Amino acid sequence: MISRAYLLYRTATSLVVLCGVSMLTFGLTFLTPGDPARTVLRQQYGQTPSPAVVDAFREEHGLDEPVVVQYVDWLTGVLQGDFGSSYISGRPVMELLAEALPPTLELSTAALLVAIVVAVPAGVLSAVHQGEWIDSLSQLGALIGVSMPNFWLGYLLIIVFSLQLSLFPVAGSSGLSHLVLPAIALGTGMTAIITRLVRMSLLEVLDEPYVKTARSKGLNERIVVYKHALRNALIPVVTVVGLQFGFLLSGAVVVEIVFQRPGIGVLLVDAVLARDYPVVQGAVLLIAVLFVLTNTLVDLTYQYLDPRIQLGGSQL
Amino acid sequence: MTTAESSRLKAIQHQLRGGVEIVTGTLRRNPLTLLGALIVCFLGLLAVFGPVVTPYDPAAQNLPNRLQPPSLVHPLGTDQFGRDLLTRIVYGARFSLGIGLAVTAIRAVIGTAVGLVSGYAGGWVDEALMRLVDIQLAFPGLVLALVVAGILGPSLQNLLFALAVVGWSTYARVVRGSVLSIKQRRYIDAARLVGTPPRRLFRRHLLPNVISPVVVIATLNLGTVVLATAGLSFIGLGAQPPTPEWGTMLAGGREHMRQAWWIVNAPGAAIMLTVLGFNLLGDGLRDTLDPRQQTRIEEV
Repeated sequence: MISRAYLLYRTATSLVVLCGVSMLTFGLTFLTPGDPARTVLRQQYGQTPSPAVVDAFREEHGLDEPVVVQYVDWLTGVLQGDFGSSYISGRPVMELLAEALPPTLELSTAALLVAIVVAVPAGVLSAVHQGEWIDSLSQLGALIGVSMPNFWLGYLLIIVFSLQLSLFPVAGSSGLSHLVLPAIALGTGMTAIITRLVRMSLLEVLDEPYVKTARSKGLNERIVVYKHALRNALIPVVTVVGLQFGFLLSGAVVVEIVFQRPGIGVLLVDAVLARDYPVVQGAVLLIAVLFVLTNTLVDLTYQYLDPRIQLGGSQL
Repeated sequence: MTTAESSRLKAIQHQLRGGVEIVTGTLRRNPLTLLGALIVCFLGLLAVFGPVVTPYDPAAQNLPNRLQPPSLVHPLGTDQFGRDLLTRIVYGARFSLGIGLAVTAIRAVIGTAVGLVSGYAGGWVDEALMRLVDIQLAFPGLVLALVVAGILGPSLQNLLFALAVVGWSTYARVVRGSVLSIKQRRYIDAARLVGTPPRRLFRRHLLPNVISPVVVIATLNLGTVVLATAGLSFIGLGAQPPTPEWGTMLAGGREHMRQAWWIVNAPGAAIMLTVLGFNLLGDGLRDTLDPRQQTRIEEV
């Protein structure tokens, strides 16, 4: 059972962190060298705006208020689901986020599936045949996968499978055929990480006394590996998969640009370059909240999967 | 020779022997580390001497010569402006290695300082610093760096700053953990009892104990920083054309992928080789210096 005290502690620290996250997200805007209103307008019209235009813009977006008031206004809006509206298109940020999130989640989930489907068998094979050629091969693959920039891999996949073999479309986002290459590009790094982890974890478990007992009983090696060892070996894998999901989201930013797929990544980068601050704040906050949520969930699942783990006892 | 001198000499000899053991031990356990070291040395030499050797200018355009496939004159071909790709890759090594080293060094220094103070001071200082770390860890580092770099304005300096300020939390956490466990040891109590000033305590007793994990994290971190630099430049938030930065070069080759595959693959392979080198080196160092820390650092 998860103790109530731990749940409370976890919720409280998550709230403190989210509060800090909101301040940081909001504060990022103030990194702008010079006056934000002027910078935004200059970016939009390509010339220095007149003072009247600047004043009107400030008033419209509440930039003439003190910073604290602006932050409180923004936060009150956010808590009610109102993230303001884009400086450029004038559309509500909430609407833009709601449009961009599904394709990004679709891509990240597909990448996660690719990673699990490839990595778990590869890691198990590697561990069972430790030191043999198949182990070396899978380890070499993992090493290359971990070092591969996903944007280059994306281009390689496009060159081979889209331009040479014409199997998949170059860019876009409609249907499954548009998802295959981006999912591979995004999932490869994670495949490598999980392969290594499954291998290491399984090797460790295969060394445990209870596995030896099972073997000495004369159980089939298959049953020992898959029924006894693998289940326990996968517990740390679940944690890492969960924690890595957040990094998949940031990887998705780059991969979306490679394949010109609409999503949070394209939305965020365009907004940053255009200094469309409400959109930047909304997208960053959304990513951070998703990230914090997955991490908290992973912590709780971890304890559920392995009741020996006592969270919250001693806070290292 | 006085006793003090001879004991110092002995200490130095001891340290030297320790260093040699680290190197030989690492190589024995994991021969791939040597490959990593060789790759890193090769890239270092390339970055330092390459620009002196090459006869071409990395920025001068030569349009009649554009999109030439690899040949004896241009071993990696030419790009869409007729510039020699090998020359640009070689100049790019300076950016990648330079930024990688600078960012990692800044992160390591900030993170170690925060970790030492947090672990040693405890109480509300610790609580405040660790919440700061938590807030940082609530963002995927790449996203935060992307926004900071973008808002400051796309340039290599701003990218360096952005990457340096977002990535130190891993160091801080690990160093704090080490300090917490070292603090319990008797010899720290003894040192405090005889009135060792805090500065000396930090320098002589705490810092040497946290150096190994910091070195391991830093080496593994170098690869991720190189990847992040290239990735953000690729998006357009770092180096700007015509700077011969690998990520920027990759982005520029997009329209020419069909006729000239070498334009995107040369910088791509260069990035991968660099990251591979640092990862091999880091894995080997970790096995020797810090065998218990088995998790990899996958953050940006």
